[in-house]
Amino acid sequence: MKSALLILLAAVTLSLTACNRGNTVPDDASASDAGVATDDSAATERIGGGSGITESAVEAERRRLLGELVVYFDYDQADILPEFNALLQAHGRNLAANPNMQVRLEGHTDERGSREYNIGLGERRAQAVRRVLTLQGAAATQLTTVSYGEERPTQTGSDEESWRLNRRVELVYR
Amino acid sequence: MFRMLRTRAPARWIASGAALCALLMSVAEAQGFNVVIREGSEARTPIAVVPFGWQGSGPPPFDIAGVVSNDLAMSGRFEPMTTAQMPQRPSQAAQVDFPQWLRADAAYLVIGTLVENSADNFTARFQLFDVVRATPLTEFRYQATRAELRRTAHRLADRVFEELTGFRGVFDTQIAYVIEEPRADGSKLFHLMVSDADGENARSAHRSTQPVLSPTWSPDSRRIAYVWFENGVSGVYVQTLRTGTRERVSARAGVNSAPTFSPDGRMLALVLSRDTGNLDIHTLDLSTQVLRQLTTDAGIDTEPEWSPDGRTIYFNSDRSGGPQIYRVGTEAGQRAQRITFDCVYCARPRVSPDGKFIALVNGENNRYRIAAWDIEAERLNLLTPDGRLDESPSFAPNGAQIVYASKAANGRGVLASVTTDGRFRTELASAGDVREPVWGPFRSPE
Repeated sequence: MKSALLILLAAVTLSLTACNRGNTVPDDASASDAGVATDDSAATERIGGGSGITESAVEAERRRLLGELVVYFDYDQADILPEFNALLQAHGRNLAANPNMQVRLEGHTDERGSREYNIGLGERRAQAVRRVLTLQGAAATQLTTVSYGEERPTQTGSDEESWRLNRRVELVYR
Repeated sequence: MFRMLRTRAPARWIASGAALCALLMSVAEAQGFNVVIREGSEARTPIAVVPFGWQGSGPPPFDIAGVVSNDLAMSGRFEPMTTAQMPQRPSQAAQVDFPQWLRADAAYLVIGTLVENSADNFTARFQLFDVVRATPLTEFRYQATRAELRRTAHRLADRVFEELTGFRGVFDTQIAYVIEEPRADGSKLFHLMVSDADGENARSAHRSTQPVLSPTWSPDSRRIAYVWFENGVSGVYVQTLRTGTRERVSARAGVNSAPTFSPDGRMLALVLSRDTGNLDIHTLDLSTQVLRQLTTDAGIDTEPEWSPDGRTIYFNSDRSGGPQIYRVGTEAGQRAQRITFDCVYCARPRVSPDGKFIALVNGENNRYRIAAWDIEAERLNLLTPDGRLDESPSFAPNGAQIVYASKAANGRGVLASVTTDGRFRTELASAGDVREPVWGPFRSPE
């Protein structure tokens, strides 16, 4: 079970990395402007051994956050946990800088409780993410929500860890 | 053909070898379910349904007694004798030796004969006896074509059940449910299924790789409304079973969910979030398309359920902090009232046909169990005390039994039923991952 999970996580990480390289999550205009000096030169590091491409640690962190596409929640809650603030800030600013981008916010719950209440809970979670993205400058027209409730779990177990990973909102760029 | 599994411990299945394999395969093909009686229920009434006599050419076309036995077992109230346990095989009243049946511990006895009148015309006649008093209680005969023999057997079981319990039988009814079928490529197929109340005769009414949930019957049992995420967007659909015609009745922005037909079948109560993202109860007139909003609270308002007189809608709202049951009048401008107060988590209200009880999901200490709320006495009665992840209760149309979804030890969804007084429980075994059983209304004989 645990090793299967690790393999899954590895696969997800790999595919997310692939997404980034394939620009499924496009960068905002300024960052994709290769060669433009970034704000903090002290944090600048050299990548690719003298190829001339530079990237600040801030920029690397921003790219990493844009590769994170899932926000998790506490049981029966739709409050955004503090550890996801930076992730949502990065996505919100990315959307603000790229008005043509669209994101679909898919809300999910764990299997416990009634299915229709969970549809409501998934929608509330998607709306909570939507609000934060909007506060960061994303336009309402860039965001759509859907709640699958407990119908599309990523984990099939009936244990705390499976439930934790199923209580989520997925950001799907399109 | 139906087979019944019995078990001593609730989670253990007794069946062996080739028989089990054959059973599982036939169930898998049909996507139906089978009855498993749970020990630990109160003493069930012992009854014997003797294999029917046969007057016709060739082998008998249908095992009527087998279907009747199984129906009675499924009700949870009866313990039918196996054929091997029977001291004799009478098919006429004059052949019955009551002392033998008394010694075999049968309280009641059903005998009958199937007669072939012509190529596709049969008469099934049966008698029910009180073994202790050695007297006949009722007798009846049905005419049927070959294709009607299964329903005839269910109707016969209905007569026996009503005679002995006072409740109208529900064996000649249907159950709708959802099955999730895992596929080789890792994707899932959702099936909306309809079967006879005993799990036989199962057929797929709709299937999709997108989730299907919340099936609900029209009062005339001809249509089913449900939620489907066609193209990844939630919508409420109404499907006519006989023709398969499907109509999308709501696909507004946001959530479209939790449909239930009004008692006259002309309206749907449903849940919409529209542009606000806030779930509220609405009614939709299916002929005029007029939409009315009944609740406006900022909480999650969902799972609407009509009272039998159509004047009240019960629903689940977490406006007080967690899911609780409320009611609101269907006339304009009514205020919602909370009716459950001693629940931590009370959801999915379903009203009994007489309007006196609300079956619901009761969540407490990380366990979700089926309970019945007595509306007048304002009291909660836990019906599945050893449940863990029980959900989706649905009353049988006679109000005597509740079917619900549970989880087996292997994590698969299974169906189960409990009598409304909590005294008798039954598991319905299935090969698939089954959920959301909804008991259909009484049917008129066709």
